[in-house]
This record gives sequence, structure tokens and C-alpha cells, in this order.
Amino acid sequence: MNKIFEKGGKFYWLHSTVDAFETFLHVPGTVTRKGAHVRDAIDLKRILILVVIAAAPAALFGMWNVGYQHGLAMGREGIHILEYFWFGFLRVLPLYLVSYIVGLGIEFASSQIRGEEVSEGYLVSGFFIPLIVPVDIPLWMLAIAVAFAVIFGKEVFGGTGMNIWNPALLTRAFLFFSYPNYMSGSECWIAFKKGETAVADAFTGATPLALDGASAQYGTGFWDLFIGTVPGSVGETSVIAILLGACLLLWTGIASWKIMCGSIAGALLVGWIGQVAGITDIPCYMQLIYGGFAFGTVFMATDPVTSCQTETGKWIYGLLIGMLCITVRLFNPGYAEGMMLAILLMNTFAPLIDHCVTGAHISRRAKKFKTA
Amino acid sequence: MSKNIVLKKGLDIPVSGAADLVVSKSMNPSCIAVLPDGIKGLLPRLLVKEGDRVLCGSPVIADKKNPDILLTAPVSGIVKEVVRGEKRKLLAVLIEAEDAIECVHFDTSDVKTALLQSGLWPLIVQRPYGTMADPATSPKGIFVSAFNTAPLAADTEFTLGSEVQAVQRGIDALATLAPVHVSLDGSRKDSAFAKLTGCTLHYFQGKHPAGNVGVQISHISPIQKGETVWTVSLAGLAAIGKLFAKGTYDIRRKVAVCGPAALNTSYVDVLPGTPMKSFISFWGGDATDLRIISGDLLSGIAVGPDGYLGRDAEQVTIIREGYEKELLGWIRPLRYKQFSQDRSYFSWLFPCRKYDMDTNLHGGPRPFLMNDNYYSRVLPMDIYPVFLAKACLAGDIEKMEKFGIYEVLPEDLALCEFVDPSKNYIQDIIAQGIDLMLKEMA
Repeated sequence: MNKIFEKGGKFYWLHSTVDAFETFLHVPGTVTRKGAHVRDAIDLKRILILVVIAAAPAALFGMWNVGYQHGLAMGREGIHILEYFWFGFLRVLPLYLVSYIVGLGIEFASSQIRGEEVSEGYLVSGFFIPLIVPVDIPLWMLAIAVAFAVIFGKEVFGGTGMNIWNPALLTRAFLFFSYPNYMSGSECWIAFKKGETAVADAFTGATPLALDGASAQYGTGFWDLFIGTVPGSVGETSVIAILLGACLLLWTGIASWKIMCGSIAGALLVGWIGQVAGITDIPCYMQLIYGGFAFGTVFMATDPVTSCQTETGKWIYGLLIGMLCITVRLFNPGYAEGMMLAILLMNTFAPLIDHCVTGAHISRRAKKFKTA
Repeated sequence: MSKNIVLKKGLDIPVSGAADLVVSKSMNPSCIAVLPDGIKGLLPRLLVKEGDRVLCGSPVIADKKNPDILLTAPVSGIVKEVVRGEKRKLLAVLIEAEDAIECVHFDTSDVKTALLQSGLWPLIVQRPYGTMADPATSPKGIFVSAFNTAPLAADTEFTLGSEVQAVQRGIDALATLAPVHVSLDGSRKDSAFAKLTGCTLHYFQGKHPAGNVGVQISHISPIQKGETVWTVSLAGLAAIGKLFAKGTYDIRRKVAVCGPAALNTSYVDVLPGTPMKSFISFWGGDATDLRIISGDLLSGIAVGPDGYLGRDAEQVTIIREGYEKELLGWIRPLRYKQFSQDRSYFSWLFPCRKYDMDTNLHGGPRPFLMNDNYYSRVLPMDIYPVFLAKACLAGDIEKMEKFGIYEVLPEDLALCEFVDPSKNYIQDIIAQGIDLMLKEMA
């Protein structure tokens, strides 16, 4: 690094930023100081960029779907891949710009204050945030929500690796509680240009979850939901694109299969109970492809920082997320999506679950000692 | 034959430069060092001054707290220099060796006294905490690992297979102090040590750290609060055996010279305390940008070309310093030349490949981000490494106890440090935790 950025230099206040760009460009020539003389080639940048790559299919499909849903609302037919993708890309791009500029700006500033290297954690959070908000969200709202999530969800705890809640979900929760009109109902999930309205007055853009059995202009069958040609947050609609990402995350071991399986099992269980008890007529497997469940299970619940650390804990954590999510869906008709709050709630309890699991482990060890 | 314990967790780091099974030279350097540094718990008091003549086995350094514990000269000769560091810390006592070695003959009728007087006592390490053994304690067992699994480790069948009798003599002597447990490599049916008697034999099979005595103890008889065990290296055991067979202090051993940057990788016959300069032919003279390690790649000490071979070292590893920056390294899909156990690279496609590694950190230091499982899959012990490391960082004695600080030494978590994508110095964190425990428990 240039001397002016080093301690005592004129631009020392910029050193974290310069350092961040430098280490972004190349793996630094730092050598081990003590302990293990050789190190694995893996670093956090690699792990996190893989998460971004895993979420890329969902993002790309989401952009096309933004265009497709707009087309449907305008009364057009056909899939027009490039045209719709371009439309969606232009609508989602500002969300990305706001997410990264605000989030990384705060991240860089707080790293500088702490005198640490800029952590790459926001690379992933920033990529997720536009995927879990409605495409028409006003940018200023997004900016405030991102700032809140990064400052109060992450930096106050000490930055990446220290946070309790998933920053991307915290952004969404902030929007949800502060601006509920923009986050629910039938208006927000489809992009309109200024002055445009849907061709048919009866057109509803609600997500299939909010329809409550009402008919819609788009399909709400299994395959529509599985492929993702339905309104919803940008990245959450296509289960197939999310599954592609899940394969990568599971193969590399970055995301825990125990959390994913636990969450699916929990959802199926409560969904089945609801069906049997006559609370809903939706088959339990459909719960897995509705709304944000798939996206939450694959990308949000498995965040290694905010999920459980222990292997047994991961099962409990996953199960409870799935169960809570579907419970909210079944019993809370006012707001039919439970995934965000289920994950945030379990984020809160993850340390407690770990505490219990490690406590059980410790007493098991103590017993083993006694018999040994 | 006792049970073969198969450890599934662990990792063999595929680094190139293993030593060929030949002894390429026998070293008799003109100057040998006695090194008090690195023996945990020893407060050295100098017993000689420059110009004194010492015999092989004469005391050179004593422990201030327990004057019975001695470090002795491995050769006969004149004390050439006393090397001191900052705050007059005693670093080394250099002895100019005579051509014909004259030895002190010890009375070996009492095991403990003979070990103390001969200077072999500090070869015994006490757990928990890895300090020098306290002669006043009676441990629940003495544990010896008869095989190494560290990267490029010396093959004990080659180095000590011919000294089985000395090892047996050592076991016989130590068995009078406490029950001796010897762990053998379960994958080698022809082990020269399988015939050892007077001890309990255990068989372990698996990747590194299956050969670490700490891992073996945790499977044989885990250390709990209030208990102590002693450990000795196999080479140490052979030296103890030679003391009781011949009555002299003989710590000569075969040491592997290895590493991706080493020339002519092979074994040498050498005394601990030999200056690294004697090994110059193994790196070709220019040590710039080379790291010369007394010990293995995970837990050895970088002593440099001016250092000395450590007391317990069974290998000298030579590796390039990784000062080069790597353009867009982390985002390149292949990075064919780098090894990673993580599936986000493709090393798993080439299980037999050996890698020319260097000392690059491959990233910047970050807080712990990955789950405990990411680390515990290379640690075949019943503990949570990240929880333990965090307890050490927090200095929380109670949690450190609960998460198993009594069972580990930094070397046992060396692989966790290797795989850590957050590039923490986990061994150092554990060492600090142990130091805190020692301070609080004193």
C-alpha cells in the first residue's frame, strides 16, 4: 500500500477503503506470522462470491419476471425473453445501486472507524436485498432501510460475523413495519411505469399467497409457482432457479443441508396438520413453493453467522423456521407471508439453541468422564 | 490386539517435498546449542559460564523453581557463548564440541533421579497445558504416539524402527512411574513397534491429526479436571531407553529434511541443538524468501538460517515465503496451483496431487464467520473448536474448562487454523487461553 495511506500518512483515513480495493484486485502478499505456516487457499471472499453466484439464477430470472408480470398486466402475451429481461433489469438496477452504495458506504466508514479491513460480508447482503423487496419500492425507503439494517443490525455489534440478525432480512423487516402499504396488498408486486395502470380494473397483482383462493390473471398452479411466473419479490418467485443455487451451496458445503431439510420438514409437518385439521385446503407440499419459503430456506436461514453453530442446533433451528413460517401462513390471513419473521425470530433464538446443545454436550462429556 | 480406532475426521495436507527414506549425512557440527526456550514452565538458571568445560550429560541450565530439573550438554566441549535476548532472556548456551565425546555415566537405579540428573526429564510433557512434567505429581498415564501424521512428517518406522530395543527399555523404565500407553498406526500391519511389551498398545487409523498424542488421549482416556497425564515423543522414549541401557545421555536422532523448497530431501543423523547453518546444502545457500522451520508445517517454529534445531524437532521443513500478490486470486475459478480442502475449488478432483505450497495467508484476517462444523470436521475430538476458541478469546475460564481446554494443546487445533477462511491464528488463541489458565490456576 502507498505510504500516504499508512498510519501517520496524509490519507490514513482512507486506508480501509484503499485496502479493500487492493485486496479485491489481488490476494495480498501477506504471509503467516505464527502457528500454521501454510494456509488453505480458501478465504471469505471466495465463499461469499459463491453465495452470490448461487443466487444469480434467481436474480436473473427475477429480472425477466419483472418484465413478464408488467407485460401480463398490460395485457400482452408471450415470453419475450430479452425485452422483458431488459425491462426488469432497468427496474432492478436502481435497487442494486442503492443497496450497494448505501450499504457499502456505511461498511467502509465503520471499518475505517474500527481500523479494520473492510469485510466482504455486505457483498452477499447487498445482493440479496433487492431480491426480497417489491420491485416498485421507492428508492429512498430502500436507502433508509439498508442504512438501518447495516448500522443497527450489524455494525453496532462489531460488523460481519458478529451480527445477530440477517441484515438483508432486517432491511425487509424495517420496510415491512415502517411502510406496510408498500410491502403488502395487491399493488406493489408488479412494476408499472408512471401513469400506467393495469388494463383490466379487476387485475390483481397480489402474490398467490395473498389471493386466498381468488382467481388471478396468471396461473397459480404448481408449475407456474415452481417456474416462478407469478408476482412477488424480485428473486423469490422461481423455485427452480433457487434450487439451482441450493445445489451449489450444498455441494460446496457453504449452506447447511440440515437447516434446509429441517425447514422443509417443519413446513411439511405444519402444512399437513393444517390440511388434516381443515384449516386450509392447500396441499402441504404447495407451501414449499409459495412465496418466500424457498428463497428463505436456501439463502436466508442458512446464513452461517446468524444460524445455529452446532449440528444438532441446525436441525432444531431449521425445523422451527419451517413450522413457524407455515403457522403464520395458516393463522394470519392479514399478512400471509411468514418466512421473514420466522427466520428473524429464529436468528434471535439461535444462540439459545446453541447454548442448550452445547450444555447437553458438556453434561454428556461430564457423564462420560464419570464412567471412564 | 486392542481395538483399531478409525478416525474419520482430519486432513492430510498434500504438500510436496517428502523426505526420501535414506540417511544422506551424519552431522557433527563444531558448535551445539542447549535451548531452554520452548520448554513451557521452565525458568532457566544458568549453571555454567563461558570457557567452562562440560561433558556430554553435564548440567548446563537448571529450573529456578525446581532445581532438580536440569538441561544438560549433548556433547563434551567448552562453553563458547551464552546468548541472551531482550531483558537478558536466556536464549541459548553454545558449546564448542570436542572431536571425541566424553560422557557422564549416570546411576540408573532410580528412574526418576536418573531422568532428572541426565537432563532427559524435560522431554516429558505434562497435560493439561503442555508444561514440563512436575516430578512431584503422579500422572494417570504416560502416553506415546509411535507415528506421525503431520505434513511431511518423519516416518518413525524408518527413524526409530531399528531402535525398538531402546524404545522397549524406555517403556520399561517409565512403566515404573505410571502405566504407559503406546499408540500405533493401525494401517501398518508390519510395524516394528507392534511387539512392544510392558505397555498398552492402541491402534489409530486416519488422517492428520490421528498421530497427535492429544487426539489419541482424548479417545483412550480423556483428561478431566484435576487429572494429569504425561506424554513423551517416540524419539524421547528411545533416548530414555538409551540412558537406561548405556547410562549416558544420547539424544542423537534421525531427522527428516523436507519441504517443497528443500533440495535433496532426505534424512540426516543429527543432534538437537545443531545450528541450521549445517543444513545449508538443503536450501542451496540463499535463504532469502525461504522459511526454515524446525518442526512441521503446522506447528513448527520458524527459526531461520541462523537458528537451531529444536529439542523435540523430528523434521526440518523448508518452504518458500509467499510474498507474491495474486491478481484476482480469489475469483479465479480454477487456481490450479493452490490447494484447498473446500469444494469451492477443485483440489478434490486430484486426490493424489502434491502441491508446492508457500507461506501466503491467502486472504485477510476476519472474525469467525463459518460454522463450528467447518472446523470440527478436521478435529477428531469430542469438542467444539470455535466455541473453545471464542471462550479463549473472551478469557472466560469457566467456559474454557467446559469446552475442553484440558484436553487440547495448540498443535491439536493446527488444522482448524489451516482450513480457517477467516485466517485467525487459532493456535495462538488456544495458547493464550492455556497461559491464562496457568496464571489463574497457579
